[in-house]
Amino acid sequence: MTRARGLGRELVQAAVLVAAAAATVLVLLVAFGHDPLVAASVLFRAAFGTPGNFAVTLVKATPLLVLGTAVAIAFRAAVWNVGADGQFLAGAIAATAVGVAAGPLPSLVAIPLVLAAAAAGGALAASPPAVLRLARGTPEVIGTIMMNFVIGFLLGYLLEEGPLREAAGTFPQSDPLAPSARLPRFDEASRLHAGLPVAILLALAAHLFLSRTLGGLRHRAAGLNARAAEAAGIPVRRVAFLALLVSGSIAGLAGAIEVAAITRRLFTGFSGGIGYTAIAVALLGRLSIPAVAAAALFFGALDVGAASLQRAAHVPPTLALVVQGTLLALSALFAESGRRAARRRAEAAA
Amino acid sequence: MTGFADDMAAAAVRTATPLLLAALGETIAERAGVLNVGLEGTMLAGAFAGFLAGYVSGDPTVGLAGAVAAGALVAAAFALLAVRARIDQVVAGLFVNLLAAGLSALAFREIFRDAVFAAESRAVRAVPFADVSLPLLDAVPVLGAALRQSPLSLAAILLVPATAYLLSRTRIGLVIRAVGEAPEAADALGVSVARVRFGACLAMGALAGAAGASLTLAQSDTFIEGMTAGRGFIALAIVIFGRWNPYGVLVASLFFGAASALQYRFQALSLGIPHQAFLAAPYVLTLLCLFGLGGRARTPAALARPFSREHD
Repeated sequence: MTRARGLGRELVQAAVLVAAAAATVLVLLVAFGHDPLVAASVLFRAAFGTPGNFAVTLVKATPLLVLGTAVAIAFRAAVWNVGADGQFLAGAIAATAVGVAAGPLPSLVAIPLVLAAAAAGGALAASPPAVLRLARGTPEVIGTIMMNFVIGFLLGYLLEEGPLREAAGTFPQSDPLAPSARLPRFDEASRLHAGLPVAILLALAAHLFLSRTLGGLRHRAAGLNARAAEAAGIPVRRVAFLALLVSGSIAGLAGAIEVAAITRRLFTGFSGGIGYTAIAVALLGRLSIPAVAAAALFFGALDVGAASLQRAAHVPPTLALVVQGTLLALSALFAESGRRAARRRAEAAA
Repeated sequence: MTGFADDMAAAAVRTATPLLLAALGETIAERAGVLNVGLEGTMLAGAFAGFLAGYVSGDPTVGLAGAVAAGALVAAAFALLAVRARIDQVVAGLFVNLLAAGLSALAFREIFRDAVFAAESRAVRAVPFADVSLPLLDAVPVLGAALRQSPLSLAAILLVPATAYLLSRTRIGLVIRAVGEAPEAADALGVSVARVRFGACLAMGALAGAAGASLTLAQSDTFIEGMTAGRGFIALAIVIFGRWNPYGVLVASLFFGAASALQYRFQALSLGIPHQAFLAAPYVLTLLCLFGLGGRARTPAALARPFSREHD
């Protein structure tokens, strides 16, 4: 009964979110003198119109799914990892360093090596704030943000004058990854690639961990109420430490997938702020992995649609950022009102 | 040699100005227990609105007023979410960053579409503030050069003792600190925690807006997408570095301003130190500073903790 009511509520809220996104786009388009109907049809067709277009949407959704999972894992343990962007870059850096040098190795060895390096790189980028939290109890928000910049400048150094600069030395970019280190593509037009099943498996594993294992229970308990979890014998600090490292390594994997399947080389500005978008994805999905997957698909479609709007009608693609922000705030508001309602119910029952 | 010292001092103060203004605002908010990760977006909104108002009116003072108003407006939206609706402050801050980055770029491109396409960059310039020189101080070596700045820089410096006085010597300051350290106690004494935090957010927004204006109406005369380029995050770091104290914030701002000015010098000297090391330095130093602060951190006790009269 309560469950059914809860589901109904979630569906209503999801409908409100979609309507709010549409309304935001509409208002902005009208405000700047575009024809909203034409724009809406361009946007929808670009994202879902043909199987090929939908494949492109899936390609855009893939890194968002992995990064959204990374962020959700951290947030579920009340670890505010705002550093997914830097961890994504660190993963891509490690993947590139290994992938460029992996020429002589067969794919069966090279690809796992690339992925492992990326996971380690992402965890490494997450480790300063994680150690700070473990050793000193310092909140990780500021530290993870600072690391985004540190890794961003490190990337600039590595590509502009450091060891990852391409042999030709013309552009601030790396050499391409060795063919054996690249993730195979299923279709060259859309670039739909093997990273998608990897992303889905990863998300599934994260979901099963959170919902079906003792570790997941402790993880969620630490996030819901640290004091109560501590009293129940859960080492909250250690759980938080591990959550941040695991979150970082998953974000690192997203970087590897993107570089090994899509760009196949690293360049400055590689992340384009996708790690911040991932936070919106995770929160829009209410930190529940299946919903995070839906949110990733939605934001992927938005990304593809905004890009085509620019081509077709010169609408600046930063429109997508405004929609992301609006959805982020709304879903946080819903989550907070849900928490309050639950508290009231608990108090009424007591 | 005095030429070098003069140049460095002037560059340090100029670079420090937006950082100082934003960090002073953030200090007030954080002392009231509000952490605004959206400082970057608040500055960006100020930079854009300041430019737009300055461009339309042809008067940098009107531009500044527009920037301050825009910053306060953005901060009010932030406070509605973080203080009234009590969603997580970090999430509310990220909302501000996404919205400001998206809207400012969108509006700039749409409003100045023709000029941007025609690459008539001259057409999209505002009238910036002129530098002023102070009557007596101007003759003092180095200091005179350091203070030959836009009125915004001088105002920022004067705001340091003003903010310090406000926070430590006035009743308002006492209430702000009480709300940031022990909101439950302040509430029990009849202080409206939400109202004080809202007010602190408005002050933060106004100052961050002015910081944005210093980018478009003093350091340059035009708007560029994403031109705050991480300064809002550096300002967050400066607040930690300055230990939530306006004078500490001044020192940290000047230090980061000088480091950034030196970066260009070092690049020109080509000493083999990658210039990215200088760019990353503020962030690395902040991490080290966080480590040094450790358990005895003088972080306002209720920082980033939403306050609710109901029991959690």
